[in-house]
Amino acid sequence: MSDLIKKSASELAALIAKKEVSSREVTQAHLDQISKTDSLIHAFLYVDTDGALAQAELADKNHDARKSPLHGVPLALKDVLAQKGIPTTCGSKILEGWRPPYDATVVTKLKDAAVVILGKTNMDEFAMGSSTENSAYGPTRNPWDTDRIPGGSGGGSAAALAAFQAPLSIGTDTGGSIRQPAAVTGTVGVKPTYGGVSRYGLVAFSSSLDQAGPCARTVLDTALLHQVIAGHDPKDATSINAPVPDVVAAAERADVKGMKIGVVKELTGAGYEKGVADRFAESLAILESQGAEIIEVSCPNFRFALGAYYLIAPSEASSNLARFDAMRYGLRIGDDGTKSAEEVMSLTRDAGFGDEVKRRIILGTYALSAGYYDAFYGSAQKVRTLITRDFAAAYSKVDVLVSPTTPTVAFKIGEKSNDPVAMYLSDVATIPVNLAGVASMSLPAGLSEGLPVGFQIIAPAMKDDRLYLVGGALERELNSKWNGPLTHQVPDLVVR
Amino acid sequence: MALTYEEVVAKYEPSLGLEVHVELNTQTKMFCGCATEFGAAPNTQTCPVCLGMPGALPVVNEKAIESTIRIGLALNCAITPKSRFARKNYFYPDMPKNFQISQYDEPICTNGYLDVEVETDEGIKTFRIEIERVHMEEDTGKSLHVGGATGRIHGAEYSLLDYNRAGIPLVEIVTKVVSGTGKYAPEVAKAYVKELRDILRSLGVSDVKMEQGSLRCDANVSLAPTGSGKLGTRSETKNVNSLRSVERAVRGEMIRHAGLLDKGERVIQETRHFQEDTGATRSGRSKEQAEDYRYFPEPDLTPVAPDAEWIERLRSDLPEKPSVRRARLQDQWQVPDKEMAAMVNAGAVDLVEETVALGADPTKARGWWLGEISRLANEAEIELNAVGISPKQVARIVELISVGELTDKLARQVVASVIAGEGDPDSVIATKGIKVVSDESSLIAAIEKAIAAQPDIAEKVRSGHLPAAGALIGAVMKETKGQADAARVRELLLGLLS
Amino acid sequence: MPRISRDEVARIAALARITLRDEELSGLAGQIDGILDAVAVVQEAAGADVPAMSHPLEITNVTRPDVIVPSLTPEASLSGAPASEESRFRVPQILGEEA
Ligand SMILES: [Mg+2]
Ligand SMILES: [Zn+2]
Repeated sequence: MSDLIKKSASELAALIAKKEVSSREVTQAHLDQISKTDSLIHAFLYVDTDGALAQAELADKNHDARKSPLHGVPLALKDVLAQKGIPTTCGSKILEGWRPPYDATVVTKLKDAAVVILGKTNMDEFAMGSSTENSAYGPTRNPWDTDRIPGGSGGGSAAALAAFQAPLSIGTDTGGSIRQPAAVTGTVGVKPTYGGVSRYGLVAFSSSLDQAGPCARTVLDTALLHQVIAGHDPKDATSINAPVPDVVAAAERADVKGMKIGVVKELTGAGYEKGVADRFAESLAILESQGAEIIEVSCPNFRFALGAYYLIAPSEASSNLARFDAMRYGLRIGDDGTKSAEEVMSLTRDAGFGDEVKRRIILGTYALSAGYYDAFYGSAQKVRTLITRDFAAAYSKVDVLVSPTTPTVAFKIGEKSNDPVAMYLSDVATIPVNLAGVASMSLPAGLSEGLPVGFQIIAPAMKDDRLYLVGGALERELNSKWNGPLTHQVPDLVVR
Repeated sequence: MALTYEEVVAKYEPSLGLEVHVELNTQTKMFCGCATEFGAAPNTQTCPVCLGMPGALPVVNEKAIESTIRIGLALNCAITPKSRFARKNYFYPDMPKNFQISQYDEPICTNGYLDVEVETDEGIKTFRIEIERVHMEEDTGKSLHVGGATGRIHGAEYSLLDYNRAGIPLVEIVTKVVSGTGKYAPEVAKAYVKELRDILRSLGVSDVKMEQGSLRCDANVSLAPTGSGKLGTRSETKNVNSLRSVERAVRGEMIRHAGLLDKGERVIQETRHFQEDTGATRSGRSKEQAEDYRYFPEPDLTPVAPDAEWIERLRSDLPEKPSVRRARLQDQWQVPDKEMAAMVNAGAVDLVEETVALGADPTKARGWWLGEISRLANEAEIELNAVGISPKQVARIVELISVGELTDKLARQVVASVIAGEGDPDSVIATKGIKVVSDESSLIAAIEKAIAAQPDIAEKVRSGHLPAAGALIGAVMKETKGQADAARVRELLLGLLS
Repeated sequence: MPRISRDEVARIAALARITLRDEELSGLAGQIDGILDAVAVVQEAAGADVPAMSHPLEITNVTRPDVIVPSLTPEASLSGAPASEESRFRVPQILGEEA
């Protein structure tokens, strides 16, 4: 295994800046690792070898212009973001072969920052899932134990980091799709404040919940990537027109002295595995020893969050996914000259969408339909208000909230695929964050029987910097205990 | 035996509901920066947003909001402090996202009215049409049906879609139920659409061309037995593409409904399509189930919350109301009610005003527009403003008459030539060699010739029987091939015979 | 008594333009019913006095100026089309209402 791929993004950026290594060499090393390991991991749906090398060469050519602190560093992009000319499938058959004629704003920002895009990563179809088993192109495996899931929906983006295929990746988080994969792969993932990162070019699952965010193996790398992709975008009407909090400075300061940290009572206790609870308690002790005050807070309405989420997200999805109709792009089934447009639409949608997507479209269509709207979608919106009030009350007492990211460590592939409701419980701790639009991070808190455990930090909207203050402080202490990032303990991959 | 219209209105009381869709004339679409030019090559004005591509997001056109608020203010509406967009979900290939971004329970303007005047048996009467709402939405693409007969949808083998029109800003103006019009329902409907069109035109927010589809009207009609105080089942007629069709469609539906009710049958609540050629309506494909649009707040857009200052700025910029303006012009021009109404009906007010502004005498300007030019427009079955002669050209013709360079008869010839596209009045006159014979010596020669030819008539005139002069003048005009100024001929003739 | 019948699932699926195969329908109906059971808890959460919240952001009046931005070329617009003809998207015959 090349030394280069074990380095963090900030280390690689520094080496490139000093011309000790070229972006091309760094990019090639990661492409080599992908070709060596991805037959096992299946983190990528598309590897843009030629394009990545061309971008790297361009970064080397523009070396002196140094477009960003991540100049020349490679990255893996979740396949839910449009990249001009590059296949974008969202893990679905219905979009097979579609090459967008435009770039997502996140992609434009990455290109402007001279970040090299290696390819597109695997995901649950249209980001619906918590295991990446719902990809139409087969599951991704967790590098810590390849019989286990890497989380979802952004399992590809998280697994690529843990398998050293990329030092950086982009995920999207509608109910936990950045944080839950980060937790079960021992990596760092941030869901920024809603509106902090442009959604333009992010294929919508649930518009009022979706948010793209940075993923990496260290808190500082995550902050550096956060800074590159965040900021106001006039192409997204729900993008916040205000300066991005200085997340990089916060990650570097990494100080919790005098901070009040609230433990959400409803997100601990029953339902959380012992190993998860133990790592969480140890992390709290570390933060306390660093000068933070730990306070228990109650958010009583969080117990309704899962229900509200599984009504709001499918409702919006049923509308967002209506455009996949075989008329303008993507799959078309049954156009034999005898069938009507309506028949072809229905046949294509039946053949092109997987079970989970159909389940959610039907659920959402039902929740919005005449006679059921008030009882389902309407009630869920009220719950959203209650949850937002719970957050406001909590933040009147504390600076950030914390919880375990997930109730369990990575489960086995296939273990929950026939029980949607059990699968949905994976996101019980992450979902309230999306409903309220606040910011949140998951970072590694250690291992439980050899598998990573995630620690979740939740900051008020537009206070994303607090995630990095807390995360940085905790990481510093844990890294010294582990002798480096937790991912350095990922077992060597045995590719058969 | 079908009922006559008189029998229909004797037995039944009509109620109307009018929905007008107006395409705004913004430079760009409602939610993206694509141009909105009419008639551009297919799919040249499309982008990820208006094609509904995965990942693309809408951003509202500020001008479209302002135009809608101005329409609302001009229609005496209340402006909603915080209105929202909603998604109207239904599948149709001309709608790229398979939902239309529209407004639902929180439209931007509500509760207005528009007064319209209709000529009744008791003279001109004002009807107040109450406006329920004015809201913003986006237009759909256009489909071309290939194969089968005459480009119609039924029997077509496949369709071709052009999304240039998809996403063009639409404003929908919906009336409350209009009742109490009695037999004047068709005229009231027409007058409403016409007055609305004039207001929209004066606001400059739309091209309001019904024939190009930038103003489209859906007419809801229902009948109830006279005096029952009930509301009957309505039909909704779409595809009404001219003012005349609005009137015809309403009248036609009233007669059709009455025919059904009279036979004891029921009217089906359905969408019908107006047939421009026959004037009848045809049933749309009946739906297996009621529409369920699953409206919900559009999560990609933020609410529109115009503050008082913004609204007041827009209000202060409103142009004079067409009705106020008409009263002012009527006063200025000293025109009787009936003639003013005729001018309004003919769509001549703007044209006359412009012609007068260019120096023409109001009576003369009115005479030309309502007379010869209207006649030619009727002949060609086109609107007066599309007939092919401009106020500037009419003003010039009036001027040429007043200085004696054209006679009325010659002027009519010039008008016809201008309308035929032969150029400006001056160039028509030059190329055709049209000129008034104003050389007095040749006129006098012609008059003397006429006197010599009809000495007995000349004698009658000489003895004070002036009407007899007509015959002599006629002869002179014939001699000069109509190019002489008849008034001057008369003057000279009487001079010679005095 | 299930919360949602098999027929109702079929009706909703048709509304969503998904033709379900028979065996699919049976499986889905049961699963949707289970999910509805789990999410119905929201109905006890809030009374009439709680306002609905459709979006996490409170901002208003986000607009763009009415200024033309270059469109895609028709080739780019049509690049993903399953079928096209004369710079237009070619689609199977459309039923439904006359436009
Ligand atoms: Mg409408
Ligand atoms: Zn566009």
